[in-house]
Amino acid sequence: MGEESAFRQEFPVTGGDFARAGKVSCEIKNLAKELGLSDRVVRRVAIASYEAEMNIIMYAREGRLNLSITPDRVRIIVEDSGPGIEDIELAMTEGYSTATPEMRELGFGAGMGLSNMKKNADIFEISTEVGRGTRLEITFLTNGQRA
Amino acid sequence: MTLAEIVKRLNLKVYAGEGGLARPVSGGYAGDLLSDVIAHSRKDQLWITLQIHPNVIAVAALKDLAAIVFVNGREPAPETAAQAEKERIPLCGTTLSAYELAGRAYALGLLEK
Repeated sequence: MGEESAFRQEFPVTGGDFARAGKVSCEIKNLAKELGLSDRVVRRVAIASYEAEMNIIMYAREGRLNLSITPDRVRIIVEDSGPGIEDIELAMTEGYSTATPEMRELGFGAGMGLSNMKKNADIFEISTEVGRGTRLEITFLTNGQRA
Repeated sequence: MTLAEIVKRLNLKVYAGEGGLARPVSGGYAGDLLSDVIAHSRKDQLWITLQIHPNVIAVAALKDLAAIVFVNGREPAPETAAQAEKERIPLCGTTLSAYELAGRAYALGLLEK
């Protein structure tokens, strides 16, 4: 099965919408489970989608997670219209965060988002433009394995 | 060990999700930073925290955690309890600190399987 016949779904996320935070990642996790992906893949996909969703909610005006699944891999492409990232290397450093004190009080802004995504992915690509937005491509190789 | 046994032996208050009390619990994780809990907690664990806002429910649901225990007498916000009922995540509470509760749970033999 090639790219054209992949399972695809788009999940929009609104910046600042803390009330719905976690909804999209829960949906993606449940879909991955229903499609029979292994527990290990479901767990990694869930962690990465949660962090991607939270980053849009915390920092961007709006964005979306585009999920596509083929027998060999799960891919999530995250795009947002937001401030972009000035220094990617710094942003990838665990513990570095630009979260506000209010967000930190709620337990966000641990400075682990991007590194959590990278750790759980097989391929992690990031491109960003300051003042415009950020695009992440997160790929999990499944090698056709099902639970 | 089931959640019901832990609730009884540690004298926890149950705020929501009573339907999940029969669930087996395997170890626990204590933390207030959501990304830390997302990264390091494991399925069926008890999550010990002082965060009471509704976003904790998504974290527990995503990681298949057995229950959330709020420490220092903190009670869940009403939206948190409503979300917990929906997602069937039991919410408990104690007046103990995270340190004391984790110590007592550990002493009960609530360890990783």
